[in-house]
Amino acid sequence: MSGIAVVVVILMSAGAARKVNAQGPRVIDITAKRYGFTPSTITLKKGETVTLRLHSEDVVHGFFSRPLKLDETIEPGKTAEVTITPQTVGTFQTICDHFCGAGHGSMSMTIVVE
Amino acid sequence: MKDVDRRGFLRVAGMSIGIGALYRTLPAAAMTGSANEMLTALGKKSGEKVAPFTFVQMSDTHVGFQGPPNPLGTKAFEQAVAKVNALPQRPDLVLFTGDLTHDSEDKDVHAARMKRFREIARNIKADKIVYVPGENDAGLDGGALFRENFGETYYSLDHKGVHFVALDNVSRAKPEVGKEQLDWLEKDLRRFSKATPIVVFTHRPLFDLKPEWEWFTSDGDEVTNILNRYDNVTVLYGHIHRDNEHHDGHTAHYGARSLIFGFPDPQKGPEKKPFAFDKEHPFAHLGIRSLDERPGEELRKDEIELTLREMSGVNGVQQMLRNPKI
Repeated sequence: MSGIAVVVVILMSAGAARKVNAQGPRVIDITAKRYGFTPSTITLKKGETVTLRLHSEDVVHGFFSRPLKLDETIEPGKTAEVTITPQTVGTFQTICDHFCGAGHGSMSMTIVVE
Repeated sequence: MKDVDRRGFLRVAGMSIGIGALYRTLPAAAMTGSANEMLTALGKKSGEKVAPFTFVQMSDTHVGFQGPPNPLGTKAFEQAVAKVNALPQRPDLVLFTGDLTHDSEDKDVHAARMKRFREIARNIKADKIVYVPGENDAGLDGGALFRENFGETYYSLDHKGVHFVALDNVSRAKPEVGKEQLDWLEKDLRRFSKATPIVVFTHRPLFDLKPEWEWFTSDGDEVTNILNRYDNVTVLYGHIHRDNEHHDGHTAHYGARSLIFGFPDPQKGPEKKPFAFDKEHPFAHLGIRSLDERPGEELRKDEIELTLREMSGVNGVQQMLRNPKI
């Protein structure tokens, strides 16, 4: 019985992953590395639900924007995900708010909502 | 006492340095009998003996910083120390509001910068010098190097009827004070009456000044909610490298200029980009600020830019004594 259960879980997991990619929110990968984010600008549509998948290539970084209600911690070797549906058109700065070194103060990226 | 009299004596004060502001809790005590009368009444109200004294705030020295905005390095800091030592009245206290050093990822380099900061700061002639860290001092090691050099990152002290509180909003991973410190703050202030003058000194602003430039504290509202239970609270902070004044309930917040480079007005400039170095005015946008008690007089010509601002620096004191309810 337990063997069957394991097989079922794996199938469901794989199926769910494919389903998200095919029909779920658009996924945007963002990499944090001292002292910037790649890509440095992303463009979203108002009302569009998007998953931001966050990675760090070196140390712990933050991903913070008060107007977009983003406040994530990005640990190296792990993936942080946040799903947002922006409702306001505009240009927003997202910053690293975990002090990560001497250039930390200028580490930001731009999210354009149109 | 009539309001106009109170404003009259509070307007009189010395220099505002850096900020470096020289705050005089009882300006020109001898000038009017009403000044003494007011402080005596305040002391009775607060249960603390209030006596005149002066203190200076200095901020954001960033010892070790090298870059185009300031090829002179710590020259402004060294000059500010000389200015403080040349004041006609030796300050009782000097408060440093963080970013004593510019961070380095090399621990030895960072330690050497802290040592250099101490070498310069130890020349200050003041009865007591107190510090809080900035994120450049404590952001990468949780405050370990700061504690080795200066002790705890948050604490409080009483001085002649004014309660000073050092708050640390940089040592945690996020820009926050944290629950443990909030609990401590509540307990620390509990013994004081509502009228007690309280001066909080910290690095980051406790309110949302410009979050996208990291000019905020995540749980700043919780701090201010505690502070607003008291009538006479002044918060002095650094981090933003420019003048700023903000009022929230009973609490007045004053931003300080840096001693290394200045930042533009966030309401006018889209970028958090330091002012460029100006050979003609190498210390423009840095402290030292001057308060002149004779408004209208020409600016003093000095190597360090001096700004005439009638109420500069004294506003904090005015705020401290704003609601003595006497």
